[in-house]
Amino acid sequence: MARQPRIASRRGLFVRFLLRRAVAAVALVFVVASGSLLLAQIAPGDYAAQLGGDPAVRAAERARLGLDRPAAEQYASWLRRSLTLDLGDSFQYRRPVRTLVGERAANTALLAAMALVLATAIGIPCGVVTGSRGGFLASVIRTASLVLLSVPPLITSLVLVTIAVRTGLAPIGGRMSASRLIVPALALALPLAATLERLQSQALRDALHRPNMIAALARGVPKSRVIWRHAWRLSLGPILAIYGVMIGSLFSGSFAVEIVTSWPGLGELMRQALMSRDTYLVAGCAAAGALFLAAGVLIADVLHAAIDPRIDTERTT
Amino acid sequence: MIARQRIGLTFAAMLALLVAFAPWIAPYEPARQFSTHPFAPPMRPHVIDDEARLHAPFVYPLRLVDPLERGYVEDRTRVIPLRWLSGTLVRGADTEPWFPLGSDGLGRDVFSRVVLGARLSLGVALLAAVIALAIGALTGALAGYAGGWADSALMHLADLVLVLPGIYVVLALRGALPLVLTPRQVFTALVLVLGFVGWPAAARGVRGIFLIERRQEYAEAAKALGASPLRVIARHLLPASLGFLAVQASVLVPAFVMAEATLSYVGLGFAPPTPSWGAMLQDAGAARGGADAPWLLAPAGAIVLAVFSIHLASSGRDPLLWRDGES
Repeated sequence: MARQPRIASRRGLFVRFLLRRAVAAVALVFVVASGSLLLAQIAPGDYAAQLGGDPAVRAAERARLGLDRPAAEQYASWLRRSLTLDLGDSFQYRRPVRTLVGERAANTALLAAMALVLATAIGIPCGVVTGSRGGFLASVIRTASLVLLSVPPLITSLVLVTIAVRTGLAPIGGRMSASRLIVPALALALPLAATLERLQSQALRDALHRPNMIAALARGVPKSRVIWRHAWRLSLGPILAIYGVMIGSLFSGSFAVEIVTSWPGLGELMRQALMSRDTYLVAGCAAAGALFLAAGVLIADVLHAAIDPRIDTERTT
Repeated sequence: MIARQRIGLTFAAMLALLVAFAPWIAPYEPARQFSTHPFAPPMRPHVIDDEARLHAPFVYPLRLVDPLERGYVEDRTRVIPLRWLSGTLVRGADTEPWFPLGSDGLGRDVFSRVVLGARLSLGVALLAAVIALAIGALTGALAGYAGGWADSALMHLADLVLVLPGIYVVLALRGALPLVLTPRQVFTALVLVLGFVGWPAAARGVRGIFLIERRQEYAEAAKALGASPLRVIARHLLPASLGFLAVQASVLVPAFVMAEATLSYVGLGFAPPTPSWGAMLQDAGAARGGADAPWLLAPAGAIVLAVFSIHLASSGRDPLLWRDGES
């Protein structure tokens, strides 16, 4: 019997692509969480060691938290419980890791989303300007973004905090409020905006040199209309591709920004957990970080595939 | 070579000289505390005094008038000439120090600490980049030359490390070591941890180049003449990927400078008395530190300068930065 060539529908391919990526994401989260838990366990010293005082108290605390059992046994029981999404309790907060990480992850997500919106709102229009014309404004923007590309979020946040404290324009620390988000979001957004500006500039320049754009200009379509209506849309593909990559730098950047501006997010929690050897909390934070990263990359891939039909969903893994 | 590439290379060369001659350029010991001068602002050198007479460069000594508010005034009645080549390049008097970039809360000279910190911060970044590139070139060469299952296994490994959330991996790896280490141990640990995280991109690129180059006639010819695989790789194929590795270095070194700063800032790198740029920034980030004494942000300026000069020097190489078409 001759084998029929299997022709899957595009929708079917897309669903399979999604499923495969989702499985890979779960695997990634699992690997990162296990890896960081094991690393935190083999690290010298444990949570009880720094309580100080009476050795008997420390021994009792170890027994209560299960730290006296062999590392492999602790890992096995964590693994069993994690199947039911129970990630253990934080030693120092005495609360379930899952709720603790959930609260902080929401703050980090808010910060990251805000920064992404700001970076897009600043970077894309600037990139269209520098990509489509020369002149004073364009060269000012280009210089600014070239410098900003060399400034890590750690430094933008330190400088912005300094400015905010000196001028009293925006609050740092204190009660959670919308205005407290300004400094961290801007600190995180500025380097990203510079990246977006550079890419948009290049993509638009490439798009403007395509034959159809030249033809449109030759037919007398106003240049501003060609740029903003047609060329800009053409240039979206490469920009969207970079969003997936940017999610990664967003989270490593937010780590520094959160600590400088004391924004109660995941990075701040991870640092506390590492410093106090709060092993399950370390694993929980790392898992949340990996989850964010995987979700970001997945969303970017899906968007990219949805916009550009040439993306091969079958072979991209 | 375009103009800004030249500017970048000049800056990079100056930084290299700074690192090489750091102990001679820094006016004071990094740990030396001038207890009479906490939080002194940067002191401007003068050549013309109040009576409009021309001098060799000198400074007016600072006098602490308000210890609570850290208020300083220049004592314009006295002139402290700068002493050149007296043990170090240039410095003030021993009792009346010159702080070109101000002093920190313990009265330590910020300039000296930034200069000596360059050795740690840039040293970590450079060595880590060398390690990352060495691992990357080795795995990439093996994968690209051998092909088959070795190739796919190595590249899957590279992909795995590449998709791991970098900062969390670095944190977890660093967290697995004791919290308190000597500066030398911290240096080694940071180099190894960053080198481990940075190799996959280099490996992927070198593999890609090897896949193409090993089919080229010169490589085939070398093989036909009986060259061993090792010789083909080392003498013919690796040189073909040197350009790529140079570009990769210009990406990795800035990233590692920033990583060292972040790790030290959060307390997982060099610890405070050690003058690394990240550890020094802790002072600027402390409560009202940077706001009251903005000169404590000097290490941030040093980081930006180092990163920017590397970016400039790699002009035209990094597509993200320089494919602008116009120079």
